[in-house]
Amino acid sequence: MTDWLGPEEWRAVALSLRVSFWATLFSLPMGILVAYALARWSFPGKQLVNGLVHLPLILPPVVTGYLLLLGFGTRGPIGGVLADWGIVLAFRWTGAALAAAIMAFPLMVRAIRLSIEAVDPRLEQAAATLGAAPFWVFVTVTLPMALPGIVAGTILAFAKAMGEFGATITFVSNIPGETRTIPSAIYAFLQVPGGEGSAMALVIVSVVVAMGALVLSEILARRVAARVGGA
Amino acid sequence: MLEVAITHDFGSFTLDAQFCAPPGVTVLFGRSGSGKTSLVHAVAGLLGPDQGRIAVEDWVLLDTRHSIALKPHRRRLGYIFQEGRLFPHLSVGQNLRYGAWFAPKDAPREDMGRIVDLLGLGALLDRRPGALSGGEKQRVAIGRALLSAPRLILADEPLAALDDARKAEILPYLERLRDEVKIPILYVSHSAAEVARLATTVIAIEAGRVIAQGPAAEVLGDPAVLPLGAREAGALITARVVGHHDDGLTELDATGIPLFLPKLVQAPGTVLRVRIAAHDVILSRNRPEGLSALNILPGVVRDLRTGAGPGAIVSVDTPAGRVLARITRRSAGALGLVPGVAVHAIVKSVSVAPGDVGAGSGLLA
Repeated sequence: MTDWLGPEEWRAVALSLRVSFWATLFSLPMGILVAYALARWSFPGKQLVNGLVHLPLILPPVVTGYLLLLGFGTRGPIGGVLADWGIVLAFRWTGAALAAAIMAFPLMVRAIRLSIEAVDPRLEQAAATLGAAPFWVFVTVTLPMALPGIVAGTILAFAKAMGEFGATITFVSNIPGETRTIPSAIYAFLQVPGGEGSAMALVIVSVVVAMGALVLSEILARRVAARVGGA
Repeated sequence: MLEVAITHDFGSFTLDAQFCAPPGVTVLFGRSGSGKTSLVHAVAGLLGPDQGRIAVEDWVLLDTRHSIALKPHRRRLGYIFQEGRLFPHLSVGQNLRYGAWFAPKDAPREDMGRIVDLLGLGALLDRRPGALSGGEKQRVAIGRALLSAPRLILADEPLAALDDARKAEILPYLERLRDEVKIPILYVSHSAAEVARLATTVIAIEAGRVIAQGPAAEVLGDPAVLPLGAREAGALITARVVGHHDDGLTELDATGIPLFLPKLVQAPGTVLRVRIAAHDVILSRNRPEGLSALNILPGVVRDLRTGAGPGAIVSVDTPAGRVLARITRRSAGALGLVPGVAVHAIVKSVSVAPGDVGAGSGLLA
């Protein structure tokens, strides 16, 4: 096993998992909130919010990464404030997690929004007449019924985070052990003579993770859907 | 006692209704589109009327003059929807307990076991709504509303989505509810038969306005309510089961007048309400002799109502209560029927369908 995947490759895999895990975990509550707002509320600027959420999907990733660098760099407007609190994102693995989260966000929001829109508002109304305040209607009816979409969105976002490259390398560079995720490592290995073997090993890992995520999301979504709609 | 007085402009039509709902089942009766559901939505807080006041006893749900408008979840109502609206991700038991989670801890509660027994839900508790029949779903919806510790039950055509067999399955449960649970029920219906079986009080609605309100027998026997459904017109009388005869008939006593109906299951002594459809009643000036019809109610013409067509509706006060007869204008003229004239109302036994006979104590209450 160890000669199949060297220590440097292992570090890239471990880092990618860590980055994707935290990116997904932190964006999930935000993703559910934004998806709910887009699905159920009407407010001024809704189209603007919708556009901003989807922007990373359309912009060149390098542009997103550069904008992150401008905003979250230690001298950027947000990064400067965070730096005063001792939180530095640029050129750190936490920055890689931020970049991955932002790039994966549109996919997550899309899946969750669709599943929230599919929840019958008349059931939410029924819950309200039974005494449930809006927050409890959300927790006891909307959320569980939207669970298949939330599971699918989460896994999709995780897989996207595992594969994020352009924004990550622009924002946090390609520092071994700190910001060198699997895609960055593959890129780096391909730049040096004799690195093809290591690159290929990581390519296989990438394919396995992506396939695994898809299969897992399918199984979970089906199981949850059976429980929610179930007989 | 629920008191409602609201106005709301929908653009195409205006809702302008005042009514009171005393304990028992108060039926909002009227055609589709007459504003019944809007009224119930206003009581539930799902519609915010332009102006008005809604209160259950001294508990104000809405008072636009004092800017009071409680959110639906604070109104403590049990709403039974036409389509059940059970939560598909929860079991039947969890659905039933849903409202109780949110009810105030000190609210007077129905006992879960009692309601489960009353509605016959014992065998269904672990199932999911997806696996229930339409009638079972609706029974669960009724139970769920009852167990939320409501101060008022709202039912919006809870039987409309069901076929006749399922209706017949649920109606007895609703009757028991009316007679055994001491929560006022506001019930929307456009079915005269349902109204006749369930209503304690009837509020007749037309084009957003209340055109008649009062005890069920009084309103249903009021020809002014007839435009709502002349074909379905019928009066309500109460009768006590005297005994069952070998020839398949059940004898009832309607305040001294014997009535014979096709065999009923109720035991002697039971008080029933019987709906007598206006088109099943024949009128005669003299007491008929040699007639096959068994039920003859002597009375006095109270009112005669004609429309554009050839028909007329005659209301007759009999010792058993008011009875409606749908006859032709020609017959009315030939018989000289005017208010105050003595007549006999004749009802064929077989014309009273089992669906027209229901438990009766609600009417007497």
